[in-house]
Amino acid sequence: MSYDTIKSIVTFGAILVSFGIFGWRCYQFLWVNLRRGQPSGPFKQWGERIKGLFVFVAAQYRLFRFRYPGLAHFFIFWGFLTLSLTILQAILEGLLAFTNPHFFLPWVGSFGPLALLQDLFAVFVMIAVSYGLVMRLVVNPERYKGSHKNQGVIVLLFIFTIMLSLLVMNGIRQNLGTDAVTAGWRPVSRLVGGLFAGMNERMQEVIDQAAYWVHLAVVLIFLTELPGGKHYHVVTSAPAVLLRDLNHPGTLPPAPEFGSDVGVSKVEQFRWRQMLDFYTCTECGRCQDKCPAYNSGLPLSPKLLMMNMRDNLIERGWALRAKESDGVLDKRLIEDVITEQAIWACTTCFACDQECPLFIEHVAPIVDMRRHLVIEGQVEAELQDALSNLGRYGNSFGQSERMRARWTQPIEPKIKDARREPAEYLWFVGDYASYSPTLTGTTQLTAKVLRAADVDFGLLYDSERNAGNDVRRVGEEGLFEMLAEKNLMALTKSKYERILTTDPHSYNTLKNEYQFNGDGRPTILHYTELLDQLITAGKLEFTKQLNYTVTYHDPCYLGRYNGIYDAPRRVIQATGCKLVEMPRNRDCALCCGAGGGRIWMSEGDIKERPSEARIREAVALKGMDHFLVACPKDVTMYRDAVKTTGHEADIAVKDVIELVAEAMGISLDNTGA
Amino acid sequence: MNIIVIASLVPDLVEELEIDSSGTALDTSWLRMIINEFDDHAIEQAVLLKERSGANVTVMAIDQEGIDEVLFTAAAKEADRLIKLTGDFGEGANSHALARVFAAAIKDLAPDLILTGVQAHTNLDGAIGPLLAALLEMPFVGYVAGVKTADGKVIARKEYPGGLTGEMEVTLPAVMGVQASEEPPRYVAVSKVRQAMKTASIEELPAAALDPSGGLNVSRMYRPEAAGRATMIEGSEEEIAEKLIELFKEAGAL
Amino acid sequence: MNQDIYVVIEHVQGKVAEISYTMLAAARELAQGSGGQVVAVLLGQKAQKLAETLAADKVLYVEHPALEEFTPDAYLTVLAGLLGEAQPRVALLGSTTIGSDVAGGLSERMNAPMVSQCQKFQVDGGAIKSVSKICGGKIMAEIDLPETTTLVCMIPGGYAPEDGQGQGASVETPAVPELEGLRVKLTSYIEPEAADVDLEKEPILVAVGRGIQNEDNIELAQELADLLGGVVAGSRPVVDQGWLATSRLVGKSGKSVKAKLYLALGISGAPEHVEGITGSETIIAINSDPSAPIFDVAKYGVNIDLFDLIDPLLEQVKTAKG
Repeated sequence: MSYDTIKSIVTFGAILVSFGIFGWRCYQFLWVNLRRGQPSGPFKQWGERIKGLFVFVAAQYRLFRFRYPGLAHFFIFWGFLTLSLTILQAILEGLLAFTNPHFFLPWVGSFGPLALLQDLFAVFVMIAVSYGLVMRLVVNPERYKGSHKNQGVIVLLFIFTIMLSLLVMNGIRQNLGTDAVTAGWRPVSRLVGGLFAGMNERMQEVIDQAAYWVHLAVVLIFLTELPGGKHYHVVTSAPAVLLRDLNHPGTLPPAPEFGSDVGVSKVEQFRWRQMLDFYTCTECGRCQDKCPAYNSGLPLSPKLLMMNMRDNLIERGWALRAKESDGVLDKRLIEDVITEQAIWACTTCFACDQECPLFIEHVAPIVDMRRHLVIEGQVEAELQDALSNLGRYGNSFGQSERMRARWTQPIEPKIKDARREPAEYLWFVGDYASYSPTLTGTTQLTAKVLRAADVDFGLLYDSERNAGNDVRRVGEEGLFEMLAEKNLMALTKSKYERILTTDPHSYNTLKNEYQFNGDGRPTILHYTELLDQLITAGKLEFTKQLNYTVTYHDPCYLGRYNGIYDAPRRVIQATGCKLVEMPRNRDCALCCGAGGGRIWMSEGDIKERPSEARIREAVALKGMDHFLVACPKDVTMYRDAVKTTGHEADIAVKDVIELVAEAMGISLDNTGA
Repeated sequence: MNIIVIASLVPDLVEELEIDSSGTALDTSWLRMIINEFDDHAIEQAVLLKERSGANVTVMAIDQEGIDEVLFTAAAKEADRLIKLTGDFGEGANSHALARVFAAAIKDLAPDLILTGVQAHTNLDGAIGPLLAALLEMPFVGYVAGVKTADGKVIARKEYPGGLTGEMEVTLPAVMGVQASEEPPRYVAVSKVRQAMKTASIEELPAAALDPSGGLNVSRMYRPEAAGRATMIEGSEEEIAEKLIELFKEAGAL
Repeated sequence: MNQDIYVVIEHVQGKVAEISYTMLAAARELAQGSGGQVVAVLLGQKAQKLAETLAADKVLYVEHPALEEFTPDAYLTVLAGLLGEAQPRVALLGSTTIGSDVAGGLSERMNAPMVSQCQKFQVDGGAIKSVSKICGGKIMAEIDLPETTTLVCMIPGGYAPEDGQGQGASVETPAVPELEGLRVKLTSYIEPEAADVDLEKEPILVAVGRGIQNEDNIELAQELADLLGGVVAGSRPVVDQGWLATSRLVGKSGKSVKAKLYLALGISGAPEHVEGITGSETIIAINSDPSAPIFDVAKYGVNIDLFDLIDPLLEQVKTAKG
């Protein structure tokens, strides 16, 4: 039998095995396992979705948030696409060897410009891969911790080998004149071929074929490695981006119900679209890098969450097939696959979802698991107290509803009761601004500023309840519905045109989750948006320009969730302050750590509070006077952090409203303008 | 084991309490009524016994505004039976009267163990538990912070001052006044309570007429004067801290 | 029925409980009005010695092995017989783990009305008014006692226990009834865990209540206690959560302390806790609720969020210490 015949037979066999393994695993992972998942969709807005393929897959948009790794991956990705035909070429070359030892793909196989592109990309890919190897083996950044580093290194070496073997093959074929394109179109291969030019023809043919087998073998082995590992994203990334959730990030999906059971306690109770996310995780660790919980020393890593759930999904898939489990089926999702401590550590800041290049959702599965824990009553004592108080009194402080508007007492004339009198703005104050003794002054100041700016506003007084944003994110869906019902009842009875709120959490849920029937959803503004509008309209008079050097912290629920970054900055700059940005700003802002109900939970073993890390970040910008916030919880968190980091002399925390008040000459003692 | 838990509502002390126009009773118009904390512990203790040694738990209460939610919450915690005693419970519904009402209702139910909170903060003529026990001719143990069954006997852990506890072996049937359940009362999600409202049902039994003898009439009810009130320290945080330091020094702590 | 005032003496592990002396002091006031005698009722076994400290006119000592330590069934049986026969004007019992267990049963069996939570009496000749403190200490209720036998459960705070201590009471030993078929048996006492501290001996206490919010914040109290040379204690909610050991509990079910300085941080001042601190010299309360009952008991009060005050306070204490 001739070599070429053997080549065909071996290629055929190898493809059978490799494709077989690949196909079987894909069937098992993407069909059988996903079918056990819950329904997903409907998937609409296809225009937007397809546009996403261009922006996020083709242009690799989110990858560039880490500039050089992004660049490297851009080339690897485009290299893969550009060189994909060479793989087809290799396979067909092998299969058809018995009839045509020098097979080339029709037309594209001899298309010069494509060959050039492929040649150049082979180099780019090898450079990018080398960069990748340096990152993994030398630099080894924190975000790789927990990822399968060896797998990553091996695959990088695979890719390098595939490229190198291709260049050797094409180079030698150039030397031997058996290439389908002329020399000019493969400059790099020619260079590589030059290394072998001195050898005799027979030798070169042997090396050519050796390179071919290495090339084919590594490709086929790589193919079998893909399913179920960090490189499965090669297959699942485009579908993942195409089918990504287009709902507003501030809208949590409804709670899954299974009879009387609510929330997720088994991996099969996730929606199949969520399961696709688990498979798509590339273990890049960008989410982990940004996670405030992880960086404070708590055992939550969004990356590991995905990896563990993927592994559990896979092992359960095999176990359910075998109908015997070796204990695999007894493994509990909550506590064995992911610990309760990790589930509760999440602040729902959304940095992970924001960062992920493939739109993997980390927050939603965590909330789904919290929903289950809440239904089971597995809630720690402190959180239980807060939820009981919220249920009984409508606020987490455990104080009577009648005390909610106590902060208004010193204000003359009395603030409008929106339940009785129409007002243009209904000011939804929020729990912390109403009940926390530390914040009463700021709330009163806000009222004065609004008055001075001739804003017609009213309050719900003691009909207001906690808006429920964090109640929902803690997993107490029923309590959220109860609070929303009560708030909506009060809102429906009131006469107003727009809703104003000082609390980003309330803002988020009112804007994105409350079901306003009848007249539809009113305009909801955060106070910085209103101030911005008033300044632009010339309705706010600043009697003096403040010369402070300040930095602004973007609240998670205002910034990442609702995209409001510029309005607060314009307001700050209008007061005459010099705004210096912290390195982590806008959608990279570091959460203060209070969200997701964390402010109602015990801290746990924290090495460095996110709020403390943030203050240090601000203080490192020399000459800083003020740390500005636009959320009441942030005021509390950061003032504490300034004390615990010992920076009282270096920086002071202020709410943006305090700056505005100062610039308007308003203080709590006088009546202002 | 058949367990009956007696639950009652008491005024929430978070609100200010007002006296009514007669000057002898609380003004009920502003009162928020919540479950007596000790009764909540009694329900939890009963459910724990059910989980640990299998028991049938009935929760019983008199009909009043807000009691349904309490009963359904107990159902959400796996209580088996909910009973509401209907009748006129206005004036004269003191502990003696209520104990008699409960005794009449319980007579035919043949429970092994009756649990109720050790006291309610409104009690002026004693707690319901001991009175109920006397009427049913059962023994009573109060200030119970744990109940376990062992070899057909029931052991109650009774609290004494100073952190001392005593183990009492009790012959059933008996009544116990619960001070604290062995585990703090569990959290029940709102949706679970709402679900219980759909799946569980509250049986209504008519209550016997009230007989308040044994209790006495209040001649005057009032809020204690602020006489003997603390000297309040005011000022900025720094100023307050300074004054406190002085006091610490006076007391010899610095 | 006679005009005597009977006091049911409580004792545990050979020691008379302080409430008994408080009740004897009250009984003296009542007896002066009613014209009767103060009769202490002591049940026990080989406990006659305990009669020697009681300021009563007469001690009725009932001895029986089953009465050695308190059990509700035995005590109720004996007291129902003894008090039922004597029909005193007033019988005082402690509002305690002992007295409360039997008072209700006595009320039913003797067909005698009862009053709970009585802190003080107002005596005007033969007319007796009880003053009870209920609703977490927020409400006072006055009741005119009838001429017939009434049971009154007492809480501390209205009378000085020292006034109930005395000597020379004559001791009588009434016959012991049959005590068969008792349904409650004390099998053992469980001492509290070997306490690292004995709160009763500590002169300086920094106590935390619900207002401390979580276990982590107790560190702040510990820091303050360390600086002041004191010890951390807590009220019931804190101990129930497991944030402090039971050895640190101050109050009805815990220790009664007589500290020189008692700092109450975030403690509302429920009667069950206050019961344990009234013997302290200087009580300073810090609470964000201006109507917290603790301010009625404390010598000095600060109405502020304790977390606003604690850091400047710690700073200044550190400076003061040098």
